[in-house]
Amino acid sequence: MDNQTKQTVSQIPLLTTKAGPRDGDKWIERMKEEYTSLIKYVEINKKSDNDWFNIESNQMGTRWQGKCWYIYNFKKYEFDFEFDMPITYPETAPEIAIPELENKTEKMYRGGKICLTVHFKPLWARNVPHFGIAHALALGLAPWLAAEVPHLVENNMIKDK
Amino acid sequence: MATNQPYRNKIETMSAQVVDSNPYSRLMALKKMGIVNNYEEIRNYTVMIIGLGGIGSVVAEMLTRCGIGKLILIDYDTVEIANMNRLFFRPEQAGKTKTAAAKETLELINPDVEFETYNYNITTMDNFEHFKERIEKGGLQKDTSVSLVLGCVDNFEARTAINQACLELSKCWMESGVSENAISGHIQFIKPGETACFQCVPPLIVASGIDERTLKREGVCAASLPTTMGIVAGMLTQNTLKHLLGFGEVSSLLGYNALLDYFPKDTIRPNPECTNQYCIKLQLSYKEYLKNNPTPVTPTPIVEQIKPSTENEWGIELVEDENIDINKLNENILNNNNKPSGDSSFEFSYDKKPTVQINNENTVKVDTNTNLNDLMNQLKNLK
Repeated sequence: MDNQTKQTVSQIPLLTTKAGPRDGDKWIERMKEEYTSLIKYVEINKKSDNDWFNIESNQMGTRWQGKCWYIYNFKKYEFDFEFDMPITYPETAPEIAIPELENKTEKMYRGGKICLTVHFKPLWARNVPHFGIAHALALGLAPWLAAEVPHLVENNMIKDK
Repeated sequence: MATNQPYRNKIETMSAQVVDSNPYSRLMALKKMGIVNNYEEIRNYTVMIIGLGGIGSVVAEMLTRCGIGKLILIDYDTVEIANMNRLFFRPEQAGKTKTAAAKETLELINPDVEFETYNYNITTMDNFEHFKERIEKGGLQKDTSVSLVLGCVDNFEARTAINQACLELSKCWMESGVSENAISGHIQFIKPGETACFQCVPPLIVASGIDERTLKREGVCAASLPTTMGIVAGMLTQNTLKHLLGFGEVSSLLGYNALLDYFPKDTIRPNPECTNQYCIKLQLSYKEYLKNNPTPVTPTPIVEQIKPSTENEWGIELVEDENIDINKLNENILNNNNKPSGDSSFEFSYDKKPTVQINNENTVKVDTNTNLNDLMNQLKNLK
């Protein structure tokens, strides 16, 4: 992890309510924390001219979707991403998927779930329940895009927008 | 081209008659040989298998051939040509759901087995309660629980979901897995409250003897071998048969290291600080149970102990096995949740120690008057 990422991640507020989508009112509390933390993260990104995603969920917070983009060689590459909130959340991290990239990269499981096992998942597991969606994006999706987009461009698998 | 007509009618009772046309003669011979006293009881049992990959599909075939009463098969994936390096599925099944393809093959192999299949992801809100309900009520007799749950999934989320359901229902299950580099695997029998649950300790892996830093991970997510998966599937099915039919010794944790051909065995006790509250409750009730039943009931071995011959015609000597220090491993689990000692055959896949410390400054502050919709809109309007 580079220093700038480290610096940014350390500014994302940590969460304290341990609750998943089956936990009723406690889940609403957790959702409020998630949104507050996400708002803060987006603000940080905008301030440092590094806005790179948007995200929203359904009312129950069981399904999330958004757009993420990455600049490579002065060109912008944009993707839709999505995930279902697992009933085991926040014990397990959300499995972020970019369905449109399925079969275009090996760093992906079926359904377009990005491959995060080696570095991200242990980090998440060690910090349960303090990491939230903002952390999953910053520590999971962002480094994945940084590694995969250049590779996909070089192999002519994607076009810029 | 196979048709869906079974090659024979259903068989009412398993027969031990040795004729070419009896599919159960070699299984019932286990009775005659005194290995299993009650083989035909296998027809009373229901096994739920979650995950029909390289392990689960093979376990399903083995149990079908063994004449299991009923199988409940769950998977959300489809058969792909990329699966052809593993056993069971055939190229012409590509594109079908794994559950439908498996049922189609298995029904033909043994028309006596009852099947129930679900093509869904157990970790989502839409499916989890139904999944749990099928564990509780999916047995052969109406509204009885399944006999055993087998986890044959390839990811942490699904394992945690199975663990959650089985803890909530206090249901025994067996977990299985093969490492991403395909050279080791394990099976683990989880008895809620009595042995470590899946969340008691970080996931266990068999020590590979390879320095992690030399592992090449560029450009690949996971490797797989039909051999390693077939062996682990065999270990899992064997443990299932032993548990259901009550013969031999049921393994609590059994590993396989393919490079060294080493099969370590161990037992992991539950962690009194497990993060799952259901596990903690069940640990307490198990302690209570032990108080009232000081000697745990162990099934009497069916096999008569055959006295080993004292003659040593071939001059064979037994070399003392490398001692697996169960106590040391458990001590580590209990004391600091750190990695087991270096000489253990099992390792935790990661350290449990948090990398962040929460304090008043770095935690999220939610205004008590804020409602969720306001926050949702606020995030939307940041665009």
